[in-house]
Amino acid sequence: MLTLYARRRLINWLSLGISVLAMAFGLFWLGWILFTLLQHGIPGLSVAVFTQITPPPGSAGGLVNAIAGSLMMTALGTLIGTPIGILAGTYLAEFGQRGWLAPVTRFINDVLLSAPSIIIGLFVYTVYVIKVKHFSGWAGAFALAILVIPIVIRTTENMLRLVPNSLREAAAALGAPQWKIISSVTLRAARAGILTGVMLAIARISGETAPLLFTSLNNQFWSSNMNQPMANLPVVIFQFAMSPYVDWQELAWAGALLITFSVLTLNIMARVLFRQQASSH
Amino acid sequence: MISEKATTPKLVVKDLNFFYGNDRALKDVNLSIPEKMVTAFIGPSGCGKSTLLRTFNRMYELYPKQKATGEILLDGQNLLEKRQDLNTLRAKIGMVFQKPTPFPMSIYDNITFGVKLYENLNQHDMSERVEWALKKAALWNEVKDKLKQSGTGLSGGQQQRLCIARAIAVKPEVLLLDEPTSALDPISTAHIERLVDELKKEFTIVIVTHNMQQAARISDFTAYMYLGELIEFGDTSAVFTNPKRKETEDYITGRFG
Repeated sequence: MLTLYARRRLINWLSLGISVLAMAFGLFWLGWILFTLLQHGIPGLSVAVFTQITPPPGSAGGLVNAIAGSLMMTALGTLIGTPIGILAGTYLAEFGQRGWLAPVTRFINDVLLSAPSIIIGLFVYTVYVIKVKHFSGWAGAFALAILVIPIVIRTTENMLRLVPNSLREAAAALGAPQWKIISSVTLRAARAGILTGVMLAIARISGETAPLLFTSLNNQFWSSNMNQPMANLPVVIFQFAMSPYVDWQELAWAGALLITFSVLTLNIMARVLFRQQASSH
Repeated sequence: MISEKATTPKLVVKDLNFFYGNDRALKDVNLSIPEKMVTAFIGPSGCGKSTLLRTFNRMYELYPKQKATGEILLDGQNLLEKRQDLNTLRAKIGMVFQKPTPFPMSIYDNITFGVKLYENLNQHDMSERVEWALKKAALWNEVKDKLKQSGTGLSGGQQQRLCIARAIAVKPEVLLLDEPTSALDPISTAHIERLVDELKKEFTIVIVTHNMQQAARISDFTAYMYLGELIEFGDTSAVFTNPKRKETEDYITGRFG
């Protein structure tokens, strides 16, 4: 009996050790990335980053046009994608019990969810940019919206499925029609989870480069005209980091630091929010 | 069978059959539920007592593969008919479930949720209705200072009384209770049992319970069901002290199952 017990302890100890090693391995790279970002990014951070536009090579400047462009396109992409995603996710969770439409939609959505973002960029380029013959902020926002939709659909459906059926029955037993049950009971119960999904979607699109390369491209100057090519952080980082100019490289590091920490903050906020909901139930 | 007490039938079930897909869960059930009395359904798990209860407000219609045949007359009107409007039916027949189901909103909004579906009350009348319902459910004193707080923050027993208050706020005629105390501690259970005794003055109550002592304590009439059939129905004291059928006697004396 003792040997069996000792063996179990050994196996337990070994599995724990391997798990800790695996975690340390993963964290090591993440830590290294964050460290490198801080090391190179902090020297590049200055007030000018937030006040001046992207400079020509060899002169001082900042990233304000890229920051503004990223914020505008991310916000617009989220504003377009979120309602569509929530409505479609609600359909899948609440009405998708019968028929063939829901399973087909769910399958297509899963495909869309894992589609490489460059494909989305190419798609918007083909159907929109080529037709209007110029890159634009609108095109960038559309591409980002297409990325938001499947993420929000998936989280909305999952969160609504977590709402116990007994809650739907209780509302139905009072004679509430289905739209009322969904809008005031189930969506409300899943509110924090859905919001978390939206925040994760924002975090996802705020670092996307490929879809913007084909849609909004870039703009050296300040522009808040959504119908013109629009500067944005990921493309500026791509362009500046590849350049031979030290000023540009420094700005690229600063931009990378900004994006990474905004995404990190969003992720942490999403987690805190979800934990609060979990504890209140 | 219903001879000792003077009663008028509120719900009359005639040749009721119920199907989950192809499985027949209720077999030719016939019974008559008297007005302003407590009727208890007892029987082992899976005997169809909850299924029977859920036909009274057509709860099963939420699920595509379930259907009922036969007749259930509410004051003489067959409520299983297609033209019976579900919302008005459920306004007349309220239901409380096994697990407390407070909505994720304030205590006040939990109560007004159902009322707002049928009545257009001004703020004053609505507040009065909320107070009336919470008093009826013996919860008013515990929550009167925190009506704006979330209903999910209450204890299990309080949540269940909130659900009862929410159901009676609509002023139904019949109240269906589906094992309302099986998730509660003994003190909360006693609370709810006292409440049922109080509520039967105004409402017709049908309760499903696993607890035979509970059925004996609070009901006027008892139906014993087994494998989808109604084995015996009658005055509670008669069913418990002098059952007509051998199966009923075996079950209530614990010799069965």
